[in-house]
Amino acid sequence: MSIPLDGNVMVGALEELFSFDVSVAVVECAGCGHSGAVAAVVVYTDAPGMVARCPGCTDVLFRLVRAPGRVWLDMRGSLCLRVDMPDA
Amino acid sequence: MARAAVLGRLTWRVGTLVAFRDETEFARTLVFSIPDWPGHDAGQHVDVRLTAPDGYSTQRSYSIASAAGGDLVELTVERLADGEVSPYLSQVLSIGDQIELRGPVGGWFVWDPSLAAQVLLVAGGSGVVPLMSMVRTRAKFGSHVPFRLVYSVRDPGSVLFGAELAELQRVDSSFEVHYAFTRTTPAGVARPAGRIDATYLADAGFSAGLAPAVFVCGPTGFVETVANLLVAAGHDAGRVKTERFGPSGSQR
Repeated sequence: MSIPLDGNVMVGALEELFSFDVSVAVVECAGCGHSGAVAAVVVYTDAPGMVARCPGCTDVLFRLVRAPGRVWLDMRGSLCLRVDMPDA
Repeated sequence: MARAAVLGRLTWRVGTLVAFRDETEFARTLVFSIPDWPGHDAGQHVDVRLTAPDGYSTQRSYSIASAAGGDLVELTVERLADGEVSPYLSQVLSIGDQIELRGPVGGWFVWDPSLAAQVLLVAGGSGVVPLMSMVRTRAKFGSHVPFRLVYSVRDPGSVLFGAELAELQRVDSSFEVHYAFTRTTPAGVARPAGRIDATYLADAGFSAGLAPAVFVCGPTGFVETVANLLVAAGHDAGRVKTERFGPSGSQR
């Protein structure tokens, strides 16, 4: 298996989709309950898309594939995404 | 949070190379002018997309080296021998050439110059690039927050920004640079070549009791080794922010 990177490398692709900075959002792993910043997850970039894994248990948190004209985001391993944002 | 208030799609912009300078035999700083560039925070990066005439397209992430808030964007690119993108950017791209960029992205691995906590920066090789943006931002904004940069680098010829770091250190006693040469040391350096270890981090860095903000950037193995050493030395893992790079996704 190749050497992984981290969530920082996915930030552009996620921001393209969500239109906000997802790197500081907190993702909770459905497998082990670990919570941490999206920037700090383990990311493999050598698949057809990007695969984010939990730094606690290595389960897949989410996968993102960007293709011409569309994006797929599979979040089956993420229980919750917490985003701090202003009220107004 | 300023950026979150301006919701809009992150889109590709066309940047024009307006200047470059060679930093080492293998690294070049590229200066881009990007219309409507919103400015960046220290530590952020951009995604770069290159598209060949036949439609083949590839993208990478590169950290921004210049101080926060500028109109121009400086990327320092180290050429990888078998790289697909870095040889083009560091050897072929000429003044006036255009490439696609999007950003700035990433609000987690950033330093805010209004913060008062001491800052420990640990760089592995070209992982120094986003940390240099923090160092330059500190100087630009007149911050005197104590900064220490621990810079692991193969040999003296591979040091990025060496003259600038020396000058910043000369004029400001609250800024220190500590080199850890891993293969070849320059004349007059007592420490033998070797990797950063717990003792070196303890001597060169801030103790955990001072609760410094810590930023570690480098290749994955380096980052994990250093982060583990810091946490073992008592640093709160939540204060140790890390950014890894590698050939497939993000090169600094």
